[in-house]
Amino acid sequence: MSLAAQSRWRWWEVALGVAALASWWLVGEHALLANEIAILALFAVSLDLILGYAGIVSLGHAAFFGFGAYTAALFAKHVMPDPLVGLAVAVAAATLLGLVTSVLILRGSDLTRLMVTLGVALVLFELANKLDWLTGGIDGLQGVVMGPLIGKFEFDLYGRVAYGYSLVVLVVALLIARRVVHSPFGVSLKALRDNRLRAMSIGLNVQLRLVAVYAFAAALAGAAGALLAQTTGFASLDVLDFHRSADVLLVLVIGGTGYLYGGLFGAIAFKLLHDLISAWTPQYWTFWLGLFLVALVLVGRERLVRPWTWWRRG
Amino acid sequence: MSDVVLETRSLVKRFGGLVATNDVSLKVMKGARHALIGPNGAGKTTLINLLTGVLEPTGGSIALDGQDITRLAPHRRVRRGIVRTFQINQLFNELTPLTSLALTVSAQAGISAKWWQPLGRDARVAAECETLLRQFRLDDVMDQKVSQLAYGKRRLLEIATAIACKPRVLLLDEPVAGVPEGERQEIFDTIGALPDDVSVLLIEHDMDLVFNYARSVSVLVNGAVFAEGDVQTISRDPRVKAVYLGESGGAHG
Repeated sequence: MSLAAQSRWRWWEVALGVAALASWWLVGEHALLANEIAILALFAVSLDLILGYAGIVSLGHAAFFGFGAYTAALFAKHVMPDPLVGLAVAVAAATLLGLVTSVLILRGSDLTRLMVTLGVALVLFELANKLDWLTGGIDGLQGVVMGPLIGKFEFDLYGRVAYGYSLVVLVVALLIARRVVHSPFGVSLKALRDNRLRAMSIGLNVQLRLVAVYAFAAALAGAAGALLAQTTGFASLDVLDFHRSADVLLVLVIGGTGYLYGGLFGAIAFKLLHDLISAWTPQYWTFWLGLFLVALVLVGRERLVRPWTWWRRG
Repeated sequence: MSDVVLETRSLVKRFGGLVATNDVSLKVMKGARHALIGPNGAGKTTLINLLTGVLEPTGGSIALDGQDITRLAPHRRVRRGIVRTFQINQLFNELTPLTSLALTVSAQAGISAKWWQPLGRDARVAAECETLLRQFRLDDVMDQKVSQLAYGKRRLLEIATAIACKPRVLLLDEPVAGVPEGERQEIFDTIGALPDDVSVLLIEHDMDLVFNYARSVSVLVNGAVFAEGDVQTISRDPRVKAVYLGESGGAHG
């Protein structure tokens, strides 16, 4: 396989793109769920960039998601209600937060990174809680009215416009991320994940790369948060909650890391499981989710998605 | 041809009370084939780590082409031409040899930070990778994961990666350590075929390799330079025999 072949489009990537676009016409009454899936997928793709590619573990990725969500909601409420401008502002704010907090993940071990990222998310959560004149505190930020998308499409109650919006942002983000992970910069992330000492020894600036990818991931997480705030017209402490950081990790555990689409598949599986099981047994859905995760890890993802290999030996 | 390329002046490194490098002043000439020998714990690897910038010296200075590089970041030293191989392979285990070398060549060409074009878009990168893969007989395994390669192949990739950095000063840390007898020749050949203007600093336990390949030798003992000179002088020096070569080393003298 030549170098050029490595970044060529695979048939299943094209099929995935077609399926994603077709889904907008096919979702019907499930547009609200589909919107949540698209947003979670974008959030998970963002975590995959730092976890699957650069090997940075994080227990506080919700910091960027929540920061993007509050920025978008506040911008719509106080400055202007246009969704696309709000999205751009939220992305810029999350990128800035990513740049600032990236210095905390440059040193130390995985364990310290888990603690530091968790700490940043906790600090933001508490700030959003205390600054209730700005964020509405525990009641959340009420009265966010979004303008129509590109001046034409009002967000409807069924979430059709919302899903179309989130889907387009997700696809654009995936296209950009795909471009980046196949570039020398993207490959160098995998290299420094595998062996930082060697990455340094071939002349790569490891620190600068970590800062760059952390800010890039923060930007995408901020976009996901902005989408949630804009399509629901609401931002509450829940967007910064610990369970968001944990859920998005679970999504990657389910979908797999380091091949870009793990977040997408994981988000679909996670949300559908949630929806199906909680419709059947609302109180105990986490029990079944837990059981599924244990089975997934024991059997292995590779085998679980290939049932025809279950009874084969060796 | 007596230009000094790399020079250390009174280099000192202390770890708490332990002096790992003690007042080392070393000159590596252009095109040198210099060996660094010494018993275990003599501070050879510490010295390499100081030269490559992995460790910061407690005192003294390092100069490349007369310019002070004592505080220069490791990756910048590589760009200036100080390249090393590791005693224990340090490779990108989840990448393939082809991708590893393409990244290394890109880094050397200054295009490794590009984030919008695919790796290997530049025709020179592909061409150089091809040459390296053939030279190191890695072309048949270029698409396998590095972690799945045989040890000998991984060792070759370790050396190939260093060569891909286009070194001006190459620090070889026990290049044939752990390589089976039959596969050593390949590595010897490669090292022997390095261009004349590349300076090589060889750290080695294998005295045959040192005396066959190197022209000059420094002996490190307890972090300090104990003796220095050309190969003949050092191999005959009774003091060196006593502290380092010992009884068994006598056969080489």
